[in-house]
Amino acid sequence: MQVGLEHYLVVSALLFCLGLLGVILRRNVLIMYMSLELMLNAANLALVAMSRFNDNLNGQVMVFFIITVAAAEVAVGLALIVALYRRKQSAHVEDLTSMKL
Amino acid sequence: MQDIFFYIFAFLTLLCGVMVVANPFSRNPVTSAMFLVLTIASMAGLFVLLHAFFLAAVQVLVYAGAVMVLFLFVIMLLDLKEEERRKLNTYGIAAAVIGVGSIAAILVKTLAESKVGEGLAMPVKQGQVKELGNILFTQYLLPFEILSVLLLVAMVGAILLSKKDLK
Repeated sequence: MQVGLEHYLVVSALLFCLGLLGVILRRNVLIMYMSLELMLNAANLALVAMSRFNDNLNGQVMVFFIITVAAAEVAVGLALIVALYRRKQSAHVEDLTSMKL
Repeated sequence: MQDIFFYIFAFLTLLCGVMVVANPFSRNPVTSAMFLVLTIASMAGLFVLLHAFFLAAVQVLVYAGAVMVLFLFVIMLLDLKEEERRKLNTYGIAAAVIGVGSIAAILVKTLAESKVGEGLAMPVKQGQVKELGNILFTQYLLPFEILSVLLLVAMVGAILLSKKDLK
């Protein structure tokens, strides 16, 4: 059976679900953040596959933008995590409850 | 031949993704980060199979290079020894696995039934980097310039957030 668009989309869907599982399952902020990156990458894979099989480069430009935005997001997010750790001495979501009513 | 490479890279991507999220041998964030590097590298292989050579290079440079170095620096900065001592909530794990497993089953089943790739043959066009550059600097010039402002804002934000006395 020849590898087609569906195969890439299935890999992308499974990778997205893995990222979702990581965000729900793990309680460490850093690992939750890595799982978010995994979900972004799954979206990238779907976009590149669509772009390839429709013979249209717009999807690849979109992925280029997503990678740049993800880099910016990681810089700000990690700075936030470091600031939070300085204040609470913990990178565990269960300890970060100061916004709870 | 390409099909074999697809299966190899897809398997590696998913296996390393599992190891990022639920490594049975270690709960150390450094291990997760290393497996994330492997995931991203094998995904760059998938990009090459899709003839997105420029994006494969950018993926390795930006993600495996810059982003992961940032992650490792932060892991080194924080003291995460206690992570291994926390005990896991069994009911939470079961609920998460069942929930996400059903979402995955729905997605895969839908994709298998929908036949999205029907009639879309693999095109034979080669050398897309030049065309990508063309389209990026003509049609998408404004978003490209706005993106540079976004990077500047992110830089200022990161510096502000890491100041000692955060107000």
